[in-house]
Amino acid sequence: MQEKTDSKQEIGQKKTDVLLQVEGLKTYFYMEQDKVAKAVDDVSFTLKKGETLALVGESGSGKSITSLSLMRLIPSPPGKIIEGSIKLDGTDLLSLSEKDMRKVRGNDIGMIFQEPMTSLNPVYTIGNQIAETLMKHKKLKKKEAYKRAVELLKLVGFARAEQIVHEYPHQLSGGMRQRAMIAMALSCDPKLLIADEPTTALDVTIQTQILDLMVEMKEKFESSILLITHDLGVVAEVADRVLVMYGGQIVEEATAYELYTNPQHPYTVGLLNSIPNLESDVERLESIKGTVPPAHRFPKGCRFAPRCKHVMDKCYEANPDLLEKDSNHKVRCYLYEE
Amino acid sequence: MLGKEKLLEVRNLKKYFPVKGGVLQRTIGHVKAVDDVSFDLYEGETLGIVGESGSGKSTLGRTLLRLLDPTDGQIIFQGNDISKLSNRKMRPIRKDMQMVFQDPFASLNPRMSVGEIIEEPMLVQRTLTRKERKDKVIDLLEKVGLSPEARTKYPHEFSGGQRQRIGIARALTMNPKFIIGDEPVSALDVSVQSQVLNLMEDLQDDFNLTYLFIAHDLGVVKHISDRVGVMYLGKLAEIGPKHKIYDNPLHPYTQALLSSVPVPDVERKREKIKLQGELPSPSNPPKGCVFHTRCPEAHERCRVEIPELIHQGEEQYVACHLYTSESDI
Repeated sequence: MQEKTDSKQEIGQKKTDVLLQVEGLKTYFYMEQDKVAKAVDDVSFTLKKGETLALVGESGSGKSITSLSLMRLIPSPPGKIIEGSIKLDGTDLLSLSEKDMRKVRGNDIGMIFQEPMTSLNPVYTIGNQIAETLMKHKKLKKKEAYKRAVELLKLVGFARAEQIVHEYPHQLSGGMRQRAMIAMALSCDPKLLIADEPTTALDVTIQTQILDLMVEMKEKFESSILLITHDLGVVAEVADRVLVMYGGQIVEEATAYELYTNPQHPYTVGLLNSIPNLESDVERLESIKGTVPPAHRFPKGCRFAPRCKHVMDKCYEANPDLLEKDSNHKVRCYLYEE
Repeated sequence: MLGKEKLLEVRNLKKYFPVKGGVLQRTIGHVKAVDDVSFDLYEGETLGIVGESGSGKSTLGRTLLRLLDPTDGQIIFQGNDISKLSNRKMRPIRKDMQMVFQDPFASLNPRMSVGEIIEEPMLVQRTLTRKERKDKVIDLLEKVGLSPEARTKYPHEFSGGQRQRIGIARALTMNPKFIIGDEPVSALDVSVQSQVLNLMEDLQDDFNLTYLFIAHDLGVVKHISDRVGVMYLGKLAEIGPKHKIYDNPLHPYTQALLSSVPVPDVERKREKIKLQGELPSPSNPPKGCVFHTRCPEAHERCRVEIPELIHQGEEQYVACHLYTSESDI
């Protein structure tokens, strides 16, 4: 009997193993003077259930625009998702009406932003903001919603949750606000938690607390995390798989272990070597020359070519494809093409 | 550090900001941003100051340059106590001490061309002719890795890393001896951050500069510093040569701080010391050792008595009761 249910579950899991499937996503911004910024340009990836997937890149790489596209929160105009599909548990989010999409946000997808002060409303109490979400999405009565809010606040580590529900965001410190944001994001039991630079504004000792909390909550709520960050240290701590973005495209995709032990793309290698590390002591840091090109002026060919140490003639002619090196590693670079 | 000249001596430096309240806006308390800090800085070295937000590290930098007036204590720069000098007497000294700021977007005047920005300190100090100033601007731009044509452009035409280079060029105009960098690379992307760090190291050799490098990123500070000071709530918790601080941290706060830094390496998962709670408010710091409310090793004495910085061998100093015995009192 036991075995049977097990195998049944396994089959069930196989079928619905993938939570989020993004296919050929293109988000362009149409700017003045007919300039087009290809902020996200043909991005495809999948996120499995229970997985923590990290999207890393520098500013201007398109990582935040990718996450906003998933939530359909691209300001339009000037932005527009011009192509691609985003399937969450089989539902194509791009085909939903704005009304249905509103149900998905908060309910199926929870979001944690970088700056908790600007993403919490300063004129409402913490409890009010969490309860509002619950009343809207879960149709709870006001009293029940407040009760649930207190429970959630306790869950994310507030000792005096009964008082915190009546406090305003300015009464909390940065780390506490981020905890409140997490409580709010989790309030409706989302399948997917998108965290956009969740610890960038926090001090390291607080960062540790928040990262641990996110991982703990992911397991408790059985959700998946899409973590957007520029910090490769944070990625190494929490991610299962990593996507490295550059110039609106994914240039490398691998499991976290594979990426750190065996980085392939010259950009990833350069990035890892340019971080001053606590463990090693180098006389001189490696650096990548030049800067990230603006999204309306990508170079022809490989977008990293002008900054690349291993650049070849053909890199300037056509953009290489993201090719599978082996089952857990993909890279977009001519160095690894047969 | 034997045989090296002291460039700067800081003795019991305090900077308190009054907190006003009530109808009459009377002073009802003080924020003790920098509270009894003492250290020496030797010529040609880089002293890194690390600490979390609210630890007072930026206020320390600003007070050393007399951008803020110290509440108490001495700042001895090249043998002269500058802590109480008037603005007029400070002016000739200021050319020897310069600052590079964190935000390259806010620290450059958007209405001035890059040439004017770099030239301005020379106009204030009135020592060079117009031709000499122009040559100097071009020379400095080249030194920091920008083309001379940048002279006629405006700050918005440059990226963050390039702007930080402009800020560094401006700091170098008067051939200073001492530069304070207040989070000079924290607004930059990692690939650009390493370019600016390398540039700062090259310039240190070329111009024989002494740096006070303030940052919250422990990796960056380790890379660039010779010695490191750790601040917590306005006080210096520990100071010493960087290999001592990083390999053998003595203060429980330094230990916790170092263990919290995420390392970009999946093979080495280190045991973390988790600190409870958050930084207390500097307007109402805990009695005794300021760290005792979060310290995993706190004992009775920590709640009542403020620990002094004491010598722990090879230029390492720590302010913690774990390293003093009761008989020392």
